[in-house]
Amino acid sequence: MSTSVDFLLWVRGPGFDIALVVFLIGIVIRLLEVLILGRKPDFAEPRGAELGAGLRTLVTRTLPEQGSFRRSPFTVVGGYIWHIGFFISLFLFIPHIELINATIGLSWPGIASNLVDAVAAVTIVTLVAMLFSRMSHPVKRYLSGPEDYLTWLVTILPMITGYLAYHRMIDPYPLALGLHILSVEILMVVFPFTKLMHAFTFFIARWYNGAMAGRRGVQS
Amino acid sequence: MAEERNPMAKTLGESLRQSGVSRRGFLKFCSATASMMALPPTMVSAVAESLEKAKRPSVIWLSFQECTGCTESLTRSHSPTVENLIFDYVSLDYHHTLQVASGSAAEAAREAAMHDNEGKYLVVVDGSIPLGNPGFSTIAGISNLQMLEETVAGAAAVVAVGSCAAFGGLPHAKPNPTGAVSVSEIVKDKPVVNVSGCPPIPTVITGVLAHFLTFGSLPELDSLGRPMVFFGKSIHDRCYRRPFYDKGLFAETFDDEGARKGWCLFRLGCKGPMTYNACATTKWNQGASWPVESGHGCLGCSEPDFWDTGGFYNALSIPDSDVIRNAAYVVGAGVALGAAAGALNRRKQSKAASKHETVTIDDLDKKS
Repeated sequence: MSTSVDFLLWVRGPGFDIALVVFLIGIVIRLLEVLILGRKPDFAEPRGAELGAGLRTLVTRTLPEQGSFRRSPFTVVGGYIWHIGFFISLFLFIPHIELINATIGLSWPGIASNLVDAVAAVTIVTLVAMLFSRMSHPVKRYLSGPEDYLTWLVTILPMITGYLAYHRMIDPYPLALGLHILSVEILMVVFPFTKLMHAFTFFIARWYNGAMAGRRGVQS
Repeated sequence: MAEERNPMAKTLGESLRQSGVSRRGFLKFCSATASMMALPPTMVSAVAESLEKAKRPSVIWLSFQECTGCTESLTRSHSPTVENLIFDYVSLDYHHTLQVASGSAAEAAREAAMHDNEGKYLVVVDGSIPLGNPGFSTIAGISNLQMLEETVAGAAAVVAVGSCAAFGGLPHAKPNPTGAVSVSEIVKDKPVVNVSGCPPIPTVITGVLAHFLTFGSLPELDSLGRPMVFFGKSIHDRCYRRPFYDKGLFAETFDDEGARKGWCLFRLGCKGPMTYNACATTKWNQGASWPVESGHGCLGCSEPDFWDTGGFYNALSIPDSDVIRNAAYVVGAGVALGAAAGALNRRKQSKAASKHETVTIDDLDKKS
């Protein structure tokens, strides 16, 4: 007999193991591929240091650029809101911290569950609004491919299933929790092979932009 | 003694008065029952009136693959209260543990009750039914399955008491050697109420019987066939330790500072978030305490397959596997594969570089 508890046991047992293998192997392979490939040796004499400039762009390229903020304020603000909301929901919700503590032994203080709940609601609404904007704005729509919609879907699913599980809107509860864990596993499997990899590669890109300019002694 | 043979003749009110229960005591019980079933206060008099006039329904209690814990819960925990009296005053015509008769006399009592109250009697079942081999559990040479089908045929309704009868319970735990199933997997054509728990809270059992006596029908049920009034909210939502959960204050062991301060037992495997039952509000032993109050996490005993949820002391959402060890292996494999992929890419790169033909101005001149 297959019950909701069987389902929960599968997703937190073999399902999680499979997702973890794909996620970690995928990320390590993709990062090593980028790093090992390297760049052509630059024989020109450096005119400045890479380190300072690289570190600086790590920060400055994370802040919104004035021009793009003026041109598309919604994309910038919406992007910030849901990214921050996603991180708060993922890393400051106490049961998530408990899970991380139980699996890898790291722990930090969380915030009150009802606060996370409000943040999660804002995040979900923002994500939906972002999709709406992507589909209705002619340029954004032209620039979007199937991968953009796939990554949007696998990102919002853990938020929605988490919200439903927290509010017990799916019955029975083991099914709600199982669906939430499964949605995260789908995100983990899709992650290394899509633009979601930016969560790891954006450090490299932002560092390189600054370091390259620093070496040439130009402003970045 | 004629009344004893015909239990339907006497009303509940008459029976209670005969055994010295005051009107005041009776009304107190009615208001307690009404509030427990979440009925408005205006319903108390209706409950009293219906119960007063209710005829003692015949109840046949069947015990299959069980441990008698459900009967223990029912009979002992609240024995001095009026709940117990109401139970005395349903006509319990057949119950292995409680009846005096044995052997063929006992079976004759069951058959007589079924015959006399055709279509009106209640069947209470505790224990699961083995389908693997009828010989795994028999009573008077009759297999559990046969006895259940035979007895339920003329019943008004069936109450599956305890997690074994409701969901298969402990006998159903993996690998389920007897092929145990719940009552609702066999009884499809009669209303079945699941009063789950290992054991169930006694007042919940009597509450369901009182509802049947008052309204002549069974209470509203949840998706697992359990009465909503008792199983509508999770332990977690009603737990007095919930504020500690929300603040992230957890007991790490059963005797640390957190445990002494009464912090949340989530890390010690409490299944409160997945468990629907009335323990947190009704409590046990006449409201003395309940498992979480006594310092132990909820086992989830009123939920299906609670025995197989991966350990009583493991939190519900935590992966079973050794994540750090697996991650170490996986990262190792990833490094090996990544290095191989990187080496292949570099080879491709250097091959392309070596095949690259340089062109000088002279070469271009020649061609033109």
